[in-house]
Amino acid sequence: MKQILKIRVNGDDHELYVDPRRSLAEVLRNELGLLGVKEGCLTGYCGVCTVLIDGKSVKSCLIFAHQTQGKDILTIEGLATDGQLHPIQQAFIDHFAFQCGFCTPAMILSMKALFDENPNPSEEDIRIALIGNLCRCTGYHKIVEAGLALAKSKN
Amino acid sequence: MKPLEFLEPKTLEEACSLLSKHKEAAKLIAGGQSLRPIMRHRLIAPKYLINLKGLSELDYIKELSGELRIGAITTHRTVETSTVINQKFPILAEMERSLGSVQIRNWGTIGGSLAHADPSGDPAPVLIAIGAKVKVVSTKDERELPLENFLTGYYETALESDEILKEITIPYLPPNSGSAYLKEVIRAGDIGIATVAAIITLNSKQEVKEAKFVLGAQGTPPIRATQAERAATGKRVGDSTEDVAEAAAKEARPQTDILGSVEYKLDMVKSLIKRAISLSITRAHAD
Repeated sequence: MKQILKIRVNGDDHELYVDPRRSLAEVLRNELGLLGVKEGCLTGYCGVCTVLIDGKSVKSCLIFAHQTQGKDILTIEGLATDGQLHPIQQAFIDHFAFQCGFCTPAMILSMKALFDENPNPSEEDIRIALIGNLCRCTGYHKIVEAGLALAKSKN
Repeated sequence: MKPLEFLEPKTLEEACSLLSKHKEAAKLIAGGQSLRPIMRHRLIAPKYLINLKGLSELDYIKELSGELRIGAITTHRTVETSTVINQKFPILAEMERSLGSVQIRNWGTIGGSLAHADPSGDPAPVLIAIGAKVKVVSTKDERELPLENFLTGYYETALESDEILKEITIPYLPPNSGSAYLKEVIRAGDIGIATVAAIITLNSKQEVKEAKFVLGAQGTPPIRATQAERAATGKRVGDSTEDVAEAAAKEARPQTDILGSVEYKLDMVKSLIKRAISLSITRAHAD
């Protein structure tokens, strides 16, 4: 039996009726059409489902949606403001930090969570922050480079 | 996943009442990082999930009466980044840094990890080595027991069907102590292939006065390697620790699985315990 779920997503408040079995990823994708939240391994390993809850990165496939009652959620769709790309998104473009793009929304959100916590991360800090995000295309090199370039430009 | 009802108690007391009411038909959920996958695989199918994640009264790290107390719903990330933990219990912070990834640590809880009792879980061997106790509570009663008595078997704990793990209490480490948590993994953040928690206290002559070694990833609750501990007593920096490694390998009971054979894992235990001793002594000196 569905239960009421009230959440804020990308700045908008929603009141939804959601089956308690649904994960946060399923709700964001199926109820709110936010397909930038991907589903990959469904076991919490690959990280393509990464979103931010109250600014902290989490794996939305591993979280029962009803645990996020009243929380503030950010997906990739909520990152650009008024058509302006977020500096992290621009850095990914400038440094060609994606190929197929499947891991990219999650990578960018993990990177944002890192920079919000630590505005001047080292290479090691960046690599540690991205442990939970797998990429099969790039070998991570350009992703890390994008992060380092961003750190350099800000500091 | 089978249909279920999601229950949201506002207090620990309410959670205990709900659990008393539903008993085995209910499962407690903290972060759910371990619980959700096993429910998706239909290994368990509770009719009710009692959500503990919202109980902020169980989210704390505080120093009280000469002990450190950690609420069961404290996230791994909170433990990892806590100043008092990094200063006074660095082995706990070291363990948390090796656990999963930032995302898992942001939502998963240390109490949930203990209650889940995965034999390869990271917190248990470290907390046993430190001498941690856990408090469990029900509508009727509150009791405290050493962590090694709480972990009773393969994904099994001493929790009765109406009990909730509430708090972890940790005594301070003696002066001149050094510690290390070493974990053999394929990739950073992975489940451990072999894990060793070591705490060493030196005497005034810089010899090992007391050693605690706990082996994880054994397919059973973590194993306290008491013979290895005895063999380590009296050692100084630079002494051979081959005998300690041999003793630990005899006490270890790893099983062959996808991560490695028994032989490989025993080799890892020997290698890890030697490094753990060396690291712990160095760190004790640094104090």
